Amino acid sequence: MQSKLSRRIYLIPYAIWIALFVVTPIILVVYYSFYDLDGNFSLENYRQFFTAVYLKMTLSSFWYAFLITAISLLVAYPTAYFLVRTKHSQLWLLLIIVPSWVNLLLKAYAFIGIFGKYGAANHFLEAIGIGTKQILFTDFSFIFVSVYIFIPFMILPIFNALSELNPSLLDAANDLGASRWTTFRRVIFPLTIDGVKTGCQIVFIPALSLFMLTRLIAGNRVITLGTAIEQHFLVTQDWGMGSTIAVFLIIIMFLIMALTGNRKRGV
Amino acid sequence: MENAVIIQFNHVTKQYQNDPAVLKDVSFEIERGKFYTLLGPSGCGKTTILRLIAGFTEATTGDIFIDGKKVNTIPANRRQVNTVFQDYALFPHLNVFENVAFGLRIKKMKQAQIEAKVKEALSFVNLKGYENREISGMSGGQRQRVAIARAIVNEPEVILLDEPLSALDLKLRTQMQYELRELQKRLGITFIFVTHDQEEALAMSDEIFVLNEGKIQQSGTPIDIYDEPINRFVADFIGESNIVPGIMIEDFLVEFVGKRFDCVDQGMNTNEPVEVVIRPEDLEITTREQGKLQVTVHSLLFRGVHYELSCTDEDGNEWLVHSTKKAAIGDEIGLYFDPESIHVMRLGESEEDFDRRLEAYTEEDHHAK
Repeated sequence: MQSKLSRRIYLIPYAIWIALFVVTPIILVVYYSFYDLDGNFSLENYRQFFTAVYLKMTLSSFWYAFLITAISLLVAYPTAYFLVRTKHSQLWLLLIIVPSWVNLLLKAYAFIGIFGKYGAANHFLEAIGIGTKQILFTDFSFIFVSVYIFIPFMILPIFNALSELNPSLLDAANDLGASRWTTFRRVIFPLTIDGVKTGCQIVFIPALSLFMLTRLIAGNRVITLGTAIEQHFLVTQDWGMGSTIAVFLIIIMFLIMALTGNRKRGV
Repeated sequence: MENAVIIQFNHVTKQYQNDPAVLKDVSFEIERGKFYTLLGPSGCGKTTILRLIAGFTEATTGDIFIDGKKVNTIPANRRQVNTVFQDYALFPHLNVFENVAFGLRIKKMKQAQIEAKVKEALSFVNLKGYENREISGMSGGQRQRVAIARAIVNEPEVILLDEPLSALDLKLRTQMQYELRELQKRLGITFIFVTHDQEEALAMSDEIFVLNEGKIQQSGTPIDIYDEPINRFVADFIGESNIVPGIMIEDFLVEFVGKRFDCVDQGMNTNEPVEVVIRPEDLEITTREQGKLQVTVHSLLFRGVHYELSCTDEDGNEWLVHSTKKAAIGDEIGLYFDPESIHVMRLGESEEDFDRRLEAYTEEDHHAK
């Protein structure tokens, strides 16, 4: 009994944390979502969400999050695949992770410097004869910077999955007549799919609600659900509508978690 | 008969970067339909030979032929050879059926045909009805069988087995030895089996290649290798041996531990220094007077089937004896052996010279008759 009791005691800090910073905010958000601007209970916010403006916004959020996730995956998988096979893979991995320790805002400002009219990117374009281009405040720069920020989070789980892969399985596939591509398709990818799923979750969900980058890098040309929530809380003061969008974001997140849920098969 | 040889190694050397060579100028031939064993301690190069045949690695120099075709640059996926891996290397995301069907699906075989073939392969390894099991839910022995089924279902010319029994417990291992041997006979496919276990090698093989330090020390049938080891390494590695230095006085007469004994070896120089091997089971316990050697027992182990006595003679040589008779520690006993039990090895004799010498005097025997 003693051990059971003491085990519960260790749980207390975590339980308090969850209650204060996870459960309470969610309850508050749900609560606010049922009140309109004048403080009356109504379902108006939910009706509002299903109008063209917000649906379009949701769609565009999904589209950008999808693009960011897909491009991150396309870059991260080959990188991780290559990293597992290099000699000092831990060192390389560290170098890839280090930028993720730098504050997001700092990185955003750095990119403003790089992509700005007189930044390094335009200097380069000038030098190779293409000439100065508007890079900042475009879809391109938004997606580029987002991918840059999320890529370590995509590489890590895929790298882990790949390094757990038993190399003799690759020999076995090869031995049974599989070409390199077939081996990848039939063995490597299915066995690292859990890493891919985790990576996609870690990237897609935050990408849905990016708001700082949309302002700093995309110059508010890209309006995502995250931007809308920020605007409602800080600018229009319509906490009810902001909360409603947040409720939908939370639901979407749970749906994605459920859809990409890990179902590990024994090794 | 030009088709009897299925695999041929021609002066093959394998070296990884600047490390010492793993295989040193190895040449051999493997005949169709036989059970071969590559036997040697870890690091002797036996697994490297297997990987070279499978195509997982390329020879540094020398040529490898499979079925008369040079395969040096042919990748593993286009060789008519299948491997059973030491850790089985079954695909954990596929069930038993799909694991076995893997090779067939790559060949784009029709579903009905795949089903028939997988069924047949599974019944060959006594796993009928296990098609839908997950790999994680199977025991070591069952996984082993799936791995074998996955190899034989492709109907390869050669099956390579890389220490496939080493992860099984003793009882299961013995059972699988019988099953593998049986399977090989039924299928008539060439098996190349890698092991460091000499008992396994002796029990299963048609032919054994004994390897050490990247070279084939001796090749031959289990009986040849056991009875006529070429050198100290082989004598020591295959079974237990008493090895003492001696001098070949003349044909059929050898001197060791200060005495002269009749033997059946010949073809050496007079007074040539040699090593003499007598197997522990060829030594019989008798009285001091009747024995050819007089020794003192200093330890005794009960091994189940026999007693293992460790004795020393007056010169301090140790003699290991396997006997069903018991003796007490400290007893002074005599050891008797037949002239046929003495095996004389020349120092540093190559396998070719050894074979030539043996052939020379078997021919003489023929002439005598």
